[in-house]
Amino acid sequence: MNTASPTLAAAHPAATAYRVDPAAAVAATRPRNTPAETVGQTLVMARRALKKMRRNPEQFFDVTVQPLLFTAMFAYIFGGAIAGGVKNYLPVLIPGIVAQTVLTTCMATGVQLREDMEKGVFDRFKSLPMARIAPLAGPMVADLVRYLIAAGLTFLTGVVIGYRPHGGVLGVLGAVLLAVITGWSLAWIFTWLGTITKSAKSVQGMSMMILFPLTFLSNAFVPVQTLPGWLADFVKVNPVSHLVSGTRALANQGTVGAEVGWTLLACLVVVAVFAPLSTRSYRRHL
Amino acid sequence: MTTATAAVEAIGLRKDFGGFRAVDGVDLEVRQGEIFGVLGPNGAGKTTALRMLATLLPIDGGQARVFGVDVAREPHRIRQLIGITGQYASVDEDMTATENLWMFGRLQGLRSADARATARRLLAQFDLEAAADRPIAQFSGGMRRRLDLAASLITRPPLIFLDEPTTGLDPRTRGQMWDTIRGLVTEGCTVLLTTQYLDEADQLAGRIAVLDRGRKVAEGTPEQLKASVGNSTLQLHLAPGADQEQARQVVLRVAGAEPVLTPESGRMNVPLDTADRAADVLIGLRGAGVSIASVSVAQPSLDEVFLALTGHGADAGEDDARGGTHGTDGTDGTAGSNRSNGTGTFSSHPTDQIPQEIQ
Repeated sequence: MNTASPTLAAAHPAATAYRVDPAAAVAATRPRNTPAETVGQTLVMARRALKKMRRNPEQFFDVTVQPLLFTAMFAYIFGGAIAGGVKNYLPVLIPGIVAQTVLTTCMATGVQLREDMEKGVFDRFKSLPMARIAPLAGPMVADLVRYLIAAGLTFLTGVVIGYRPHGGVLGVLGAVLLAVITGWSLAWIFTWLGTITKSAKSVQGMSMMILFPLTFLSNAFVPVQTLPGWLADFVKVNPVSHLVSGTRALANQGTVGAEVGWTLLACLVVVAVFAPLSTRSYRRHL
Repeated sequence: MTTATAAVEAIGLRKDFGGFRAVDGVDLEVRQGEIFGVLGPNGAGKTTALRMLATLLPIDGGQARVFGVDVAREPHRIRQLIGITGQYASVDEDMTATENLWMFGRLQGLRSADARATARRLLAQFDLEAAADRPIAQFSGGMRRRLDLAASLITRPPLIFLDEPTTGLDPRTRGQMWDTIRGLVTEGCTVLLTTQYLDEADQLAGRIAVLDRGRKVAEGTPEQLKASVGNSTLQLHLAPGADQEQARQVVLRVAGAEPVLTPESGRMNVPLDTADRAADVLIGLRGAGVSIASVSVAQPSLDEVFLALTGHGADAGEDDARGGTHGTDGTDGTAGSNRSNGTGTFSSHPTDQIPQEIQ
């Protein structure tokens, strides 16, 4: 505290000629935010999240290490067994890894939100006349960057070890876009978990229990034909399978199939259900 | 301020946490332009009451209005009228002071340039210019507190809630914080602050409500509050073998008040109207041949105020354990009788009910 000035008195608010007028302040209040204000507040919160990302680059580990490591590892380990060679396996594997990485990134969204919410600054957010959804949606907007890195890096790694997507640049871009949209939508589930659980650790635990079955009990890494019937049935309805199939069609053939439609529909449903749930439990609990 | 509307008007405010009633039917009326202190020990329900008024906690029972606006029904409006600074700095640790203020300004609808200008103005006002671009993680406790307060003032809200604004600050920083709080009122703000320190409430507040175990046990000016236990206390330690009964007689005659005795340790506390009377008591004792081991004169502490008002110490759990000497049979009756007095006065307890020795 040695940096304090000689007098705070000279600087304190009395120095200004301003006078607070309560009656005018009451008259100026408005009962709720406009949608435009809500969007603006969400963007301010997104900017805050981006700033934090820049200052804590280790937050990017999951979206950088996982695509690099898993792509190479799975390609060389399973390639021969599943597709008779690395090169043949890559068109199957890469979209699978994209889906897996994006899902893991979603989980990080929920965990980080929970951590963030335990900090004192959330008390202030709660006390401000701002949209209750903004502190939740803001970080999710910022996380678009993470999904983009995750999906982009996976494709890049694939290309480096010999993947040649026949869908061309547009097909791959479409696939990345689909993955990013899906990631953002599914992140609402984990955001909701973040608002109902007690700690960041429990978000992580619960998320794992959802994520593992969803990613591995899908067509992400193996062809569905090789699975027993009961499992194949589950795999076919698993939304992750739709995402993987949609991504494959885009990247490998450059076609927008029905799977893309199903994926987007599933995303819409998830957002419609979990965004209001998250906002409600955020408002109630914190 | 002569406007009729109260800055805060709470009637029967209640909060339950599970089976525990943290705030139990508290009435508060804070007039515009005053500093109102809510005084009480840890766990008295001060923070909970304040958080309910600030829309941070749902109100379980009773009603609250801020400048006439209903807190439960129109929280969004309330949030435009208040600033709140908590016990723990609610600013973003990972960002700089400027970034924090800019962000809070933007979130409240200021344009980017205005938010920047406001941040600069507030940083200058709170003497934080030198630290403007440092992350909060490197701030001292006092600097954090000041930044936190600055963040509450961005939109110049007419009502400021301060939750224990100086707890944990060193005396110099505390003095600066007090100056700042007084400055807010000269600007026309109303301040509702909670504190554990009678001293702080005395320095700042025009009126004080005392909370204990979720209930309001007294309300009035600091003078009234202190008068309920005497303006100062003469603490005597009689020499071994001194005649305690004789000492009591002398005190009763000279000071006109019943002293509080702890026979086992020879301690005697004498409530005094003014500290000057201490000399009279001492002279009287010497004249009567009562010898004294040590003497001190102190302002009534929060503890003494609490003992007088509630029959138990500020540190509730421990004091209850040794509360037998004064035979108070629980606090509820006391609290109830005080509450029924309404606002403005303290019920005065007979001084012999004040138990002994609070070191």
